[in-house]
Formats: sequence, C-alpha cells, structure tokens
Amino acid sequence: MIAYTIRRVLVAIPILLVASMIVFTLTLFTGDPVQEKYAGRNPPVPAQTIANERARLHLDDPIVTQYWNWLKNLVLHGDWGPSITATTNIGDELSHRLWVTVRLVMIAMFLAIVLAIITGVLSATRQYSKLDYSFTFLGFVFLSMPTFWIAQLLKSGAIGYNDATGDRVFFTIGERATNPESGVWNTMLDIFGHLILPTISLALITYAALSRFQRASMLEVLNSDYMRLARAKGLAPRRVLVRHGLRTALIPMTTVSALGIAAIIGGAVITETVFQWNGMGSFLVKSIQARDRYAVMGWLLVSGFFVILGNLIADLLYGVLDPRIRYE
Amino acid sequence: MSDVHTPPAAQVAAPVGSGGRVEREFTVKERRQWQIVVRRFLRHRLAVTSLIVFLFLVVLAFLGPHLWIHGYTDLDSPGNVRFSAQNPMGTDNLGHDLFAQVLRGMQQSLKVAFIVTLLSTGIGAPYGATAGYFGGRVDAIMMRICDVLLTLPLLLVAGALVTGQGGSVLTVGLVLGLLGWVVDARVVRGVVLSLREQEFIEASRALGAGTVRIVFRHLLPNATGAIIVQVTLNIAGAILAEAGLSFLGLGVQVPDTSLGLLVNQARSAVDTRPWLFYWPGIMIILIALTINFVGDGLRDAFDPRQTRQRR
Repeated sequence: MIAYTIRRVLVAIPILLVASMIVFTLTLFTGDPVQEKYAGRNPPVPAQTIANERARLHLDDPIVTQYWNWLKNLVLHGDWGPSITATTNIGDELSHRLWVTVRLVMIAMFLAIVLAIITGVLSATRQYSKLDYSFTFLGFVFLSMPTFWIAQLLKSGAIGYNDATGDRVFFTIGERATNPESGVWNTMLDIFGHLILPTISLALITYAALSRFQRASMLEVLNSDYMRLARAKGLAPRRVLVRHGLRTALIPMTTVSALGIAAIIGGAVITETVFQWNGMGSFLVKSIQARDRYAVMGWLLVSGFFVILGNLIADLLYGVLDPRIRYE
Repeated sequence: MSDVHTPPAAQVAAPVGSGGRVEREFTVKERRQWQIVVRRFLRHRLAVTSLIVFLFLVVLAFLGPHLWIHGYTDLDSPGNVRFSAQNPMGTDNLGHDLFAQVLRGMQQSLKVAFIVTLLSTGIGAPYGATAGYFGGRVDAIMMRICDVLLTLPLLLVAGALVTGQGGSVLTVGLVLGLLGWVVDARVVRGVVLSLREQEFIEASRALGAGTVRIVFRHLLPNATGAIIVQVTLNIAGAILAEAGLSFLGLGVQVPDTSLGLLVNQARSAVDTRPWLFYWPGIMIILIALTINFVGDGLRDAFDPRQTRQRR
C-alpha cells in the first residue's frame, strides 16, 4: 500500500504541473493586469509607474521565463510570487483563507453526511413508502435549486427576522464580526454565529446528492444474498441492518465524501460570495477579476493539492474498508 | 395495482419462428430492449409527468416569445407591477415585462444546456468507450488527461473566454461543455470496463465476433442507458451551472438574458420586489427538477437488475 501511495503521488505531480502551465497560459487571455488596475484613472498614471509595476509583476519577460521563475522561486524559496496588490503576500493570504473555508466545509459536510445516512437508510429500508417518496422528493428539490438562490433566500429570511425582532439573531455578512469582542467564549460565539447560515445552505446542497447516493448503495446491499443469509440465520433484524447492511453500504459513501470535501475546499464560491466570506472561493473570484496571475496560480496549487489528496484518501479508504480490494 | 399481468397479445398463442413450431401458450410476448425500457419508464408516473412538463417548458421557451404580447426588450409596461393580466409575472422598475424576459431567459438557458449536452456526450461517450475498451496504457494516458482537465478551475476558464469573447450563449455553452465532458467520459469508461469483462462479451468473442461488432453490437447498446441518464444530468447541471456563472458575472451578458442573469439582477430587489427574484428562480428549479425526475425514471427503466416492483 505504501508503494501504491508513492506511485499515486508521483503521478499527481506531473498532472499538477501540466494544469499549472495551462492555467498560466489562460491567465494571459483574461487581459493586461496593470492596464486593468490603472484603467480610468484621472489624471492618467505616469508611464514610469506603469513600467515599474510591470517590472514588479515580471510582465515583460517571455511567458516561458515567467513560468519557470515562478516555479523555481516557489520550490526553492517558498515564494508564491508578487500579487497585483503590492501589500498582499499570496502565501499568507492563502493560509488564512484556507482555514476559513475548511471551517465552513468540514461542518457543512459533517451535517450533510449524517443527515444523508439517516434519511438514505430510512428511504432504502422503506422503499416506495410515503416516507421514501417524501425524502426523495425533498432531495431532488434541493438538487435542482441553484446554490445562490437557497443562500439568498436564507440570507434575506434571516435579515427579515432580525428586523422583525429588532435583535441581531443571525449574522449574514462575513466569517467574523468586524470588531470582535475579546475572550475565548466571545470568539467562539462569534465564529459559530457567522457559520450558521452558510453552513445550512452548503449542507443542504451537499445533502441532496449524498442522500440519493446513500439510498442507492443501501438498496443494493439490502437486496444482496449475504443479507438474506444473515436473516435466514436468525439474526435480529436490527443487527442485520446495522452490522451487516449499513457497514457495507457506508463504503461508497466514505469515498464520495472524501472526494466531495476535497472538491469544495477549492471554494464554496457561491456560498462564500453571498455571505461575503473571505474564503478560498472568493479569493479565486477576486483574483480572476483583478487578473492577479500569481494569486490564481497559488489557488490552483492549494486546491489541486486537496483534490489529489482527497482522491488518494478515497482510494486508500476503499481498500481499507473493503477487503476485496487490494493495491499492489 | 400489480405489474404481474399478462399482456393482452400473449394470451393468444402466437406462432413464432420460421420452423412452424407453436410457442407455448403462457409465453410472454417478445420485446425489444427499448420496448421494455419504454414500458418500465411509463410505469414511473412522476417521471412521465415530469417529461410532459419539461417538454411543455421547452415548447413554451421557443414558441412563447413569438406569441406573447411583449418582447423581452420592450419597455411598454408600467413599472413595478406585481401582477396583472398584461404582466402575469409583474414588471421591473424600467417597465420590462418579466414574463417575456423569463421566456427569453428560459430559451437562452436551454440553448446553453443543449450545447453543453451535445459537447459532453459527443466528446465524452466515444472518449470514455475508447479508453475503457483498450484499457492498459491507452486508458491510463487518456484518464490522466481527464485528471488535468478536472483540476482546471471552471471560473478561470469562463473568465478567460467570457471576458475575451463576450458572454454569449455559445461561449458559455462551450466553456461548460469543454470542461464537463470529462464526467461523461468517466461514466462511460466505467460502464465499458465492467461490460468488457462480462461473460456475454466473452461468449460473443468465442463465437468469433470481431472488435467492431463487439463494440457496436454489445458494448455501446449496453452503455446507452448510462449515456442517456448522463444526458439528463447534463441538462440539469448545465442549467444550474449557467445560473452560477451568471451569478458571478461570468455567464450570459446584458443585453441578452438568461434565467441565471435574471435572478442575479433581482438580488438587490429580493425584499422590495420579490417577484423579480422568485419567478426566474422557480423556472430554474422547475426545469432542473423535471429533468432530474426524468433521469431518475430512465435510470430505473434501464437498470436490468430492476426487479423490485413499484406500487
């Protein structure tokens, strides 16, 4: 398994490299960052300032040299390259925002997974009952809703509630208060309060897909021969369901969740935008809008790293949980 | 209601085959695969209803603008109407009729969805089938290319193309389709990989069937189910993805319109003129929901292991 892991990591490196080359080229097509930055300034920005800025961003080098220098500085010196905003350090910014997004994604995924397992199992054991139809219908409705629609509804509902009660019950903007009160307890309360709404909207969307998945995998297990055998041996129905059924039915769920978490760490872009969180997703949007090339590259590496890590964990978990699968 | 009824045709003993042998009386009627699928699908009432609603919405989106009294750019209505006979979905502050805009938006969103589906299935299915059939090194290389595409951020590709080319329906469809086919390729590859190892393929190989025959007569027909289900998922996914891109300002651009763009424009009005926000959103949900239900019905209909009966 160690050899397998090493081989997978070795395959991942060229994939990430090729992806970064493509992204580097793509950023060229989004336009000239310096021109964009100083566009419409009155009086016009002096030519010297523009030239300095271009030099700071290495815009005048050939594209291949630019890419090579970026890669070299990153690997050798841990330097993520210059941001279009001179005061921003891309590495620091990324690590701060990664933590913000991880906080959101982990809690939302946890909620979604627990809910999905419960309703998925209930649906499967009572297939085609009223309960099953209700859960299925609800799942499909959430699956068919645009994320920003749910998020916006929650947000304006919460604002309406706040206005009606005259009390700030829900926080609708940002991941922290602008002037947070000090103290551990207050900090916790502040973080938690801001988490509620984005977590709910992200969890609902994720739940929809996961519950369909859990239902299908549970159904497949329920109809299998070894379940019939377990029942025929006279085991208690509950034990058959939980020990023999659910345990097996959770295997695909584990891997799907690992993949899902990895994918969303790149940014719950829309949820973050609606609630004005400063996470990975809004970092990408902001960087693309500002044509901030090195920031986009930094984002790609971090999110690509998690996608590859998630894939690897999913595959390894599959091997651990399902003894029929062996990696050489 | 039970499904275990004898079809009417089978009650008459039908002479089948050229040998003049009379089939036994209780033999079920011979059916082609698609006939079985259609029958199974028709039993799924929610899916059938959804299909009808979906088709109605498509017809409405493409015929409606020609028949409706307002055009989507017309400013001939009074502003800020909530509901009236002339403006059933209300109007915005400038006097655009929302119903006309929603019709146009539906049309553009559906066009995006069709482009995406065409590209995804057109590239994805043959790509996946090739990778799955050949396996080994070919498969490994083809899948690594997919991995690269999967790491590319949709937003950046959309950002590069939409800012460069202008956010037309075609550009947005191209962006979503060119990144989206990877999923289809993986699904088809998975199906082909498992089919390739099954006994009936081995049997036909033993009977002397060549590669072409195996691919076209055995592998692809058996992957059709997965492909068709994937098509429905693509349509729903594209409608939602277009909405998401428009929300971030990277989708279809003004002066044209789409459902996503309409919702986005109405965001600031959600408390003051909520109808502007709700109607386009409801249409997005309705399209995505019906097509998702159709897909679910098709998945059940195509599943050969489907033995449990619907009540």
